[in-house]
Amino acid sequence: MAKILHVSDKHVTIYIKIRGKMQHGGKRMDKHLNSIVINNSDTIVKDWLVEVSKNRHNDYTSAISEDLFESTNREFVNVIFSSLEKQGITSELDDFSEKLINLGWPLSYLTDGLQAFRRVTINFILSQSEKVDSDHLSKVLDMVDNWVDPIINQLVNEYSGSWEHIVSLQRVALQELSAPLIPVMENITIMPLIGTIDTERAKLIMENLLEGVIKHNADVVLIDITGVPVVDTMVAHHIIQAAEAVRLIGSTCILVGIRPEIAQTIVNLGIDLGKFPTKSSLRKGFQAALEMTNRKIVHEKGSDEGIESLLDSLNGE
Amino acid sequence: MDFQSCVKINREWDIVGARQIGREHAKKIGFGTVDQARIATAISELARNIYLYADTGKICFEIINEIDRKGLWILAVDNGPGIADISQVMEDGFSTSGGLGAGLPGVKRLMDQFDIISETGKGTEIRTVKWVRK
Repeated sequence: MAKILHVSDKHVTIYIKIRGKMQHGGKRMDKHLNSIVINNSDTIVKDWLVEVSKNRHNDYTSAISEDLFESTNREFVNVIFSSLEKQGITSELDDFSEKLINLGWPLSYLTDGLQAFRRVTINFILSQSEKVDSDHLSKVLDMVDNWVDPIINQLVNEYSGSWEHIVSLQRVALQELSAPLIPVMENITIMPLIGTIDTERAKLIMENLLEGVIKHNADVVLIDITGVPVVDTMVAHHIIQAAEAVRLIGSTCILVGIRPEIAQTIVNLGIDLGKFPTKSSLRKGFQAALEMTNRKIVHEKGSDEGIESLLDSLNGE
Repeated sequence: MDFQSCVKINREWDIVGARQIGREHAKKIGFGTVDQARIATAISELARNIYLYADTGKICFEIINEIDRKGLWILAVDNGPGIADISQVMEDGFSTSGGLGAGLPGVKRLMDQFDIISETGKGTEIRTVKWVRK
């Protein structure tokens, strides 16, 4: 059900949906409470600021400067009131939450603030009421809940939406980094692995490795595990399988970058890596790969004249 | 015994979390890089066993500070299906999941003390200690 509720000369007409509860609540009563809150906004804001400043020093906001904290509080309370006046989610709220997300304010600041707002408002309305019976109390509670809850929901949704977005972006970024294959020379390619290897990544490594060997027509593939922090049986198992698959398509796999501590843990675990060659560093692995493809590094005579005389003097000894 | 810190193992990435905390503890106590790698690898095996066979469980750490020696106590607990034949899983090359079958015997060799209690249908508890070499 859509209805024009509050139209002031300053504000553009907005259409909002009235939530189910409010339809039964008696609109006159709601309007009355609404106007109490809006007419006394100064008092409520003052109480609220006191309340919010109370937990300022013992929590997350203590690192934020006084000025910024004050101005954000002002803005926050204005946003709350503008959504009260218009009885719904406003574009101000969207802008405000977006700004806080970008600045990295914690979500708990907003939820705590709204919780405090709920308390302050209920206390204020009750203090203004002449008679307080349970019927009246439940109406007031209902009313304030209907103001505050949609705002909380909206903020939580915005925040979690932004987190999910970041996580999914990072997952994509991680996947792009997970198993690169670099053709360094004709018939020789290198796969440098950095970071933890989980099952999903192990699958990618295998696929990229085999695809790359065929595509680059590689005779030798070097898998560099210098950047892999822990080689446990699962990681070793995947590497063995990948090397075996590479062997099946007619190429050789050399495992390089085995640090001394990793070598010891592999021996302790009792893992047999004897089926394919291994080297301590990428440089040694690369030299071995050159030998396997019948090439070697030749140092050209430099323009240095010193070397020749040095060699001569060595021969003389 | 009260354990200082525990890591719940529910997802594959929790293995990395447990490993990192274990490594931090090991560094703090004064283990060398080789022993740190051994401890991290042992935690990785234990946590992976929980993830693979029991779905959920936890890894707990406790620093042992005795007069004449220091060490790290690692406890792996789960409420999984349990292990029917412990001597079988402690054999090299035995695996039900197509792995290398070096996990538990490997952990035993990586660490200094190793105890395993398991009851079919109730779960498994592995207690293992690594002492700092002097």
